[in-house]
Amino acid sequence: MNDPMNLAQAAILEPAGLTETDLDQVFAKLNQSTIDLADVYFQSARHESWSLEDSIVKSGSYSIEQGFGVRAISGEQTGFAYSDEITLDALLESASAARAITKSGTSLKVKGWQRRENPQQLYLPNNPLDSLTETEKIALLHLADKTARAESPYVQEVLPSISASFEVVLIADNQGQLVADVRPLVRMNVTVIVDKEGQRESASYGGGGRYDLTWFNKEQRVEEYAREAVRLALVNLEAVAAPAGSMDVVLGNGWPGILLHEAVGHGLEGDFNRKGTSAFSGKVGQQVASKGVTVVDDGTLENRRGSLSVDDEGTPTQCTTLIEDGILKGYMQDKQNAKLMNTSVTGNGRRESYSCLPMPRMTNTYMHAGGYDPEEIIASVDKGLYAVSFGGGQVDITSGKFVFSSSEAYLIENGKIGKPVKGATLIGNGPEAMTRISMIGNDLALDSGVGVCGKAGQSVPVGVGQPTLRIDDLTVGGTA
Amino acid sequence: MSREDQLVSLSEHVLEEAKKLGATAAEVNTSSGEGLSVDVRMGKVETLEYHRDQGLGLTVYFGKKKGNASTADVSPQAIKDTVEAACRIAKYTSDDECSGLADADLMATEFPDLDLYHPWDIQADEAIDIALNCENAAREFSPLITNSDGSGVSSYRGTNVYANSHGFTGISKGTRHSLSASMVAQDGDSMQRDYWFSSSRLPDQLDSPESIGKQAAERAIKRLNGRQIATTKVPVLYVPKMARSLIGHFTGAISGGSQYRKASFLLDTVDKQIFPEFVRLHEQPFISQALGSASFDKEGVALKDKDLVTDGIVKSYLLGSYSARKLGLQTTANAGGVHNLSLESTGQDFDEMLKMLGTGLLVSELIGNSVNGITGDYSRGASGFWVEDGEIQYPVEEITIAGNLKDMYQHIVAIGNDIDYQGNTRTGSILIEEMTIAGK
Repeated sequence: MNDPMNLAQAAILEPAGLTETDLDQVFAKLNQSTIDLADVYFQSARHESWSLEDSIVKSGSYSIEQGFGVRAISGEQTGFAYSDEITLDALLESASAARAITKSGTSLKVKGWQRRENPQQLYLPNNPLDSLTETEKIALLHLADKTARAESPYVQEVLPSISASFEVVLIADNQGQLVADVRPLVRMNVTVIVDKEGQRESASYGGGGRYDLTWFNKEQRVEEYAREAVRLALVNLEAVAAPAGSMDVVLGNGWPGILLHEAVGHGLEGDFNRKGTSAFSGKVGQQVASKGVTVVDDGTLENRRGSLSVDDEGTPTQCTTLIEDGILKGYMQDKQNAKLMNTSVTGNGRRESYSCLPMPRMTNTYMHAGGYDPEEIIASVDKGLYAVSFGGGQVDITSGKFVFSSSEAYLIENGKIGKPVKGATLIGNGPEAMTRISMIGNDLALDSGVGVCGKAGQSVPVGVGQPTLRIDDLTVGGTA
Repeated sequence: MSREDQLVSLSEHVLEEAKKLGATAAEVNTSSGEGLSVDVRMGKVETLEYHRDQGLGLTVYFGKKKGNASTADVSPQAIKDTVEAACRIAKYTSDDECSGLADADLMATEFPDLDLYHPWDIQADEAIDIALNCENAAREFSPLITNSDGSGVSSYRGTNVYANSHGFTGISKGTRHSLSASMVAQDGDSMQRDYWFSSSRLPDQLDSPESIGKQAAERAIKRLNGRQIATTKVPVLYVPKMARSLIGHFTGAISGGSQYRKASFLLDTVDKQIFPEFVRLHEQPFISQALGSASFDKEGVALKDKDLVTDGIVKSYLLGSYSARKLGLQTTANAGGVHNLSLESTGQDFDEMLKMLGTGLLVSELIGNSVNGITGDYSRGASGFWVEDGEIQYPVEEITIAGNLKDMYQHIVAIGNDIDYQGNTRTGSILIEEMTIAGK
């Protein structure tokens, strides 16, 4: 019963009384000779979250998300309709609406349904909502609260939260493929507010992945999140104004990989490059980063937040090399853009839910390690910034300008780490900044599993990672 | 049965079920909407989407404990599961003295017709034609427009019902239509993208497709060959669309949640001078046809006109019933946010604002958001134009602007009468005396 296909059958098709013959009917409407690709994406998801405030269980919520989206593609054109009612009538109606994008052609019959086994299963198809009792879930929150308060007398408020989701998807396409995936996802976050003689700061830390909730009971993860949040907030209490201007910046390993996500990742998504609107358009084969820089997007890492056994078009994910030794190798693709650009799919077709269209999206994007010791990298900078943690980022893919916001950073003076500085925006130009990476550390790390990426209004979970890096001449947006 | 009758009876059913399971109070929000959106690019249809959404969100109270649940699937089984889930959750949450519905005597009793519902009976083909006209106008505007990121038309109509166990039922119906274009301009190595849009509750109040296309094209072209300026401290003028975010940071700071958690750079500021004396910010929920209009808040509490800032002095926080109880105050009918904020102008038009700026930075776009809500420290990526003696000189990019919001608010010099009426916050351009620009 632990097979994703059986689970999807039981969660989606059976309750609706749908059979393969019904799918035949839907695709008879959808699959016209003028259509290149048609698919139906069924989704059934349950989310649950709990949070604490004032050391009491302030709220809990549960949500049900269920429905299907029907898509028909002809060349660059896509017709799309969705419904939260999984019934044959709704499917037929949506199929008619979706195929209205093209003139009617000959109706093509799907030649038998192939229930495809996933070549990889990167996470267990267990429901994390049921993995702990309510009392046990709440105990995790109290543990975070207690740990954080014990950590420092300045801790004023602790806001821990945990969330779990369980998503079952089933994808049927006009090639007759039926693919299923069962996706658990958990996340814990601890936000603290500290007050030292009237001066206040807050900070957050957390982690997660495609596990069940028992994962948080291991290796003192909850305690680590709570302590790290307190440490970050206390550091920021001591922070002085951040410097303003262009300077050499050392980025810590792990989560600062958000740099890659913004500076190059989005610019290498297939849709922007097919349209020629990315600052990286037409640059495959060219030097776009310093020698030694190798960046990959890898959806196949077991249990990672950004990983998927298959993407939302049913394509198995893979490790795609985007930049190798500074040379641009290729883009991240979904089916439509791969076809239009005459290249292969890379398993990057993702969507927020059945009610949104898939697009090329990142999974886990990270840079391979280099040879420098991190201390050596810091010691190489006379006057600059050492940025260890970041809040978030954004990019204008056409001009290539990207920003990311530091949440823990220190001055570097004469090769030594100095005072902490307040949060500031760092801004650069993607293609240029990548060529100013002058040192790559030997300490590759991935983030702790909290990343969310937004594109065209759709949010999906992602991962990032990198070794310690030195970038020359990046603009730091402080006030000093 | 009409859509709203269906939602009302669904809401009543859910409240009834919650009561059967032992809830002492409950509130439910149900919604249903449908829409169409088309996107065209380079003269061809790119996407045609039909939207149909439903949803239900429920909060139940067992004394002072509460539970939430929501569903996008409104089948009888899903609704049963949802009610049970909310009640199960409430068993495990703690007694919280401040939790509960808003007080019964605060519920709205008058429901003026705000004229918010104007469906657009538009077929896909017509929408495609409008989008194509818009994109064509942009592409024909100049040979510098080398590429398009598309033009789109969307239309949405929705009905919401909020009901609670005080016996309150409130219905709101609304429409929203929009037309947008995003164009790419290129000159040598410089490539820039910019957009323009129009949105309204009434289809015939949308700007013409041609004017939107031209604006998008013109904006993209103006950004070409931008320069990074040297790090400096100068006056900064925010165009209205960007100025709106400064008010957003203010409303965030005076919201109940950040006040009772003491997580605001404007703690305990009611009756204190935060802005210069000429600043007035008021909330007007009943403006006919406006995007933010409503007659009750998310808890059913009657809305009313009020000043948030008078003569530069903060007059009110933004509270729902929960944060109000936490602070020992009365709700301000702002559960769920604000309804049509207006910042009064000091009377200058945009050219006069530029003259007042003199030599400094005109900010037309912001990117990233490093704004610390507890300390007010502000640092954002920006692009715009360098201005000398009130004249625009050249586009500027890859810079940041930074300061502290408390200082920035105190040093607002003027507010233009170039008011942008699209959206929930109406303001003209805002001039700040000095900020730090980081660049080369």
